[in-house]
Amino acid sequence: MNPLSATAVGKRYRTRWALRECSFAVPEGKVVALVGPNGAGKSTLLRMAAGLVRPTTGELRTFDTPTDGRTHPDVSFLAQDRPLYRDLTVRELTRACAAMNDRWSADRVREVLGLLAGVDRDAKVDTLSAGARTQVAIAMALGRLPRLLLLDEPLSDLDPLARDETLRIIMTEVADRGTTVVVSSHLLSDLREVCDHLLLVDGGRVQVDGDIEEVLAEHRVLVGPVADESAVGGTLISATRTGRQSTLLLRGAGRAPEGWAGTEPDLESLVMGYLRASRERRLR
Amino acid sequence: MLTGVIEFRIDRRSGVSTYVQIVQQVRQAMRLGLLNPGDRLPSAREVVEATTVNPNTVLKAYRELEREGLVEARRGLGTFVTTSLSSEATTGDDAPLRRELAGWMGRAREGGLVVEDVDALYSAVRDEHYPAEERP
Repeated sequence: MNPLSATAVGKRYRTRWALRECSFAVPEGKVVALVGPNGAGKSTLLRMAAGLVRPTTGELRTFDTPTDGRTHPDVSFLAQDRPLYRDLTVRELTRACAAMNDRWSADRVREVLGLLAGVDRDAKVDTLSAGARTQVAIAMALGRLPRLLLLDEPLSDLDPLARDETLRIIMTEVADRGTTVVVSSHLLSDLREVCDHLLLVDGGRVQVDGDIEEVLAEHRVLVGPVADESAVGGTLISATRTGRQSTLLLRGAGRAPEGWAGTEPDLESLVMGYLRASRERRLR
Repeated sequence: MLTGVIEFRIDRRSGVSTYVQIVQQVRQAMRLGLLNPGDRLPSAREVVEATTVNPNTVLKAYRELEREGLVEARRGLGTFVTTSLSSEATTGDDAPLRRELAGWMGRAREGGLVVEDVDALYSAVRDEHYPAEERP
């Protein structure tokens, strides 16, 4: 059973489609990087998975149950604006969250807050740094003992130390409980070290979905003479060309033909290739 | 509780995947005799606490080492080293070959060689004795 799956999901706001024909399945226990530029549809997708937004077309399921306007009990969602009751102290907030959730582990929250060195339990949430506020919000999300954790841009506006601490809290959760995590960012570099599955969204559509190592192994970067591209096999994703030389990103290219050099792309250049192609399609 | 005997150092700029770095560092520690049969590898949780990586990646590296027959996962206990990769020639600070290399390195430094010179000399001599096409 997949913690999260989508079948031809679309979402229209008035006349604009935020998402179209999105189909994918998130395997259990994976850490999924949901990557795409601003406005790609990442937040809409996560809000839909949390049951806060209804799809216009298609169906989204969490633990095999359609997300019909409600959050599945095994799902925790942290929105991008990290909504917290800012006038409460951390201690009061913890109590309020305990009262609002049917399933709640005070021990788990204490454990996660215990990993945070600099957070004063009697400080008002409002007075905390951006990093501490994010970490407290994640601690609350983990108090629900989720099996699927959805995090919308949890690392934006954090300094490098807070970013590392935040990722460590999330990775500790994965190590302790095998939780499936979907974490979004417009910066791939934030997530490269910690994710094992890539969901690349742009222009409202899923561009890449798969295990990162498998995805990389499927692709080749071929460099060769611009005059002789006919010998190259596979599906062309994107290309950059100078007067003489072509650099091609291909899926399923097989062996490099005579006169061409082939390498496996790194994750950055793969993502850049897909984003460039997606932008060109939109501008056409 | 037993504590792990080694710690991984993940170099994020090396271009080598975290998974490969972990596999290589375990093999290296076994060759140098820092890890011996019966030793427990750090748990995924311990690795995550020391360096922020995905625990799934740690477990994947351990599975690869298990496939190679170097370690064994024992349910609920952890992953343990089962074989020895070290020999008298590679183990300990006073192994004869290591002492000779240390002497050579000391003379190189006294002679004013910088680390790039040393690496270049070392790899040139290594490649003479271990041609690339004969390596596994």
